[in-house]
Amino acid sequence: MSDLLQHVLNGLAAGTIYALVALGYTMVYGVLKLINFAHGDVMMVGVYVGYASAKQMGRDTSSSFLGVTLVFLLSMAMCAALGFLIERFAYRPLRDKPKLTALITAIGMSFFLSYSFQLEASLGGLTVLPGAAPRAFPDVITSQVWLIIGDVVVSNKQVISVVVALALMGGLQFLVFRTRFGMAMRAVSFDHRTAGLMGIPVDRVIALTFMLGSALAAGAGILYAIKDTLVQPLMGVTVGLKAFVAAVIGGIGHVPGAVVGSLCLGLVEEFVVGYGGSTWRDAVAFGFLIAVLLFRPEGIFGRVTAEKV
Amino acid sequence: MTSAAASTAASTAAATPAPSPTARPPALLSVGDLHVSYGAITALRGVSLSVGQGEIVALIGANGAGKTSTLRAVSGMLSPKQGSITLDGKPIAGRKSHELVPLGMAHAPEGRGIFLNLSVDENLTLGAYLRSDHEGIEADRENGFTLFPRLRERRQQRAGTLSGGEQQMLAVARALMSRPRLLLLDEPSLGLAPQVIETIFKILRAVNQTGVSILLVEQNAHLALGVAHHAYVLETGQIVMEGTGKDLLATDEIRRAYLGE
Repeated sequence: MSDLLQHVLNGLAAGTIYALVALGYTMVYGVLKLINFAHGDVMMVGVYVGYASAKQMGRDTSSSFLGVTLVFLLSMAMCAALGFLIERFAYRPLRDKPKLTALITAIGMSFFLSYSFQLEASLGGLTVLPGAAPRAFPDVITSQVWLIIGDVVVSNKQVISVVVALALMGGLQFLVFRTRFGMAMRAVSFDHRTAGLMGIPVDRVIALTFMLGSALAAGAGILYAIKDTLVQPLMGVTVGLKAFVAAVIGGIGHVPGAVVGSLCLGLVEEFVVGYGGSTWRDAVAFGFLIAVLLFRPEGIFGRVTAEKV
Repeated sequence: MTSAAASTAASTAAATPAPSPTARPPALLSVGDLHVSYGAITALRGVSLSVGQGEIVALIGANGAGKTSTLRAVSGMLSPKQGSITLDGKPIAGRKSHELVPLGMAHAPEGRGIFLNLSVDENLTLGAYLRSDHEGIEADRENGFTLFPRLRERRQQRAGTLSGGEQQMLAVARALMSRPRLLLLDEPSLGLAPQVIETIFKILRAVNQTGVSILLVEQNAHLALGVAHHAYVLETGQIVMEGTGKDLLATDEIRRAYLGE
């Protein structure tokens, strides 16, 4: 029983991190109907920015509360800028071209980021590209056990990651459903051209959506890296793909759906690792996707829309 | 509008005195030598027209004549290959839609362009997206509900649940939320029941009487010529005829080609 609880807890903690990445996929899909395959790699860049800024600050500064916050903020800001540039120069020129063109460009952008980060380059003593060797993320949050109930162990990292993820998601939910910008986003997501007729600056809304999604991905990346992972240039591909799967399970384009899909995926993976065998983890994750899509091709929350004439 | 025109037009025709053909009011919108193409397909080849201050101008023509393309070019949904568009004498050709809204342009597009995923209220709020005068917005929302009481009953509903007629009412009410000076309407009668059409056209007239100029695209020539002060006939991307609504209604060619007589 306590085993089960522990797995549920771990699964949910992992799921919230997927959710942050999945939200980026789903938001961009919402406004552009584009699967931004470079999204996971933007997350990877965010992790490296976090890595570099933590190293620069040194161990003492970076593990203070202010230091950790700064690591998060720097990484999120840099990724927002990267998201802006990618949209502006890679996707916007292709906006009126067939959807497939942008999709292939997104895949190209993904390769561009993940493979250029495998190069090593420095400029005046400052490392610009890190190279392929995996590195351990600086220990900005030292592992502690915060709570033990029976045999269930809750670590500080799990709590922090869930709290940060929930706060970011709450903020996003507020932005999308309670603000003027959010309404503009939903209008753009339904129909660009009509949104423009309302006076909504469509290009700006799309750019901001990319920036927002990329910043969330950076936050997720650091939570992921802090947990247990080595930092390496291809890390974005796997996490990105999983988060994409989660977004599709929830119903791509649907904000709460992305969260629910991610939590499901986190739980499924955790149970496989806990009770079956960790080698089956990815197979089961994608199998789960197939199973969901067999019964609900539009995802759990996705809607089949039909227009009235 | 003379009684002859009024009797041929739907019963929506009431008593708006049409300006005499020689004296149109000064132009609010004027379009000169407009060319539009989609890739290799040419949609407009040199369209020139104008909408005077306070006028209702109708643009009629068959399917594919270029009516919708004309409206889209005017409201910035597509950029013309060539030609001039001026609003109040200011050149606006090639500018994007969202830049034209603050200049007084509102466009209820083909297919109504309702955000079916949002509520009726949210649709109206979006119509006033660029305004920040909260009280004025609420007053205009009320005004919209007074014009179309059925929208008030459904204000919290998702717009996707509305009937076609209600959606068209919403499209008009929403377009008015930006307090436009020029209202572009694309086939407001399409697919609607005669009574609903009558309601909508009655309201368009009332709106026009508050000083809003209207450029109306219609396949239903009877209806359009009945309300229009001035009208243009579009054929394969070119204006082939123009005149007052009344004059065109009396023309043999128009009666044969568009009124089925």
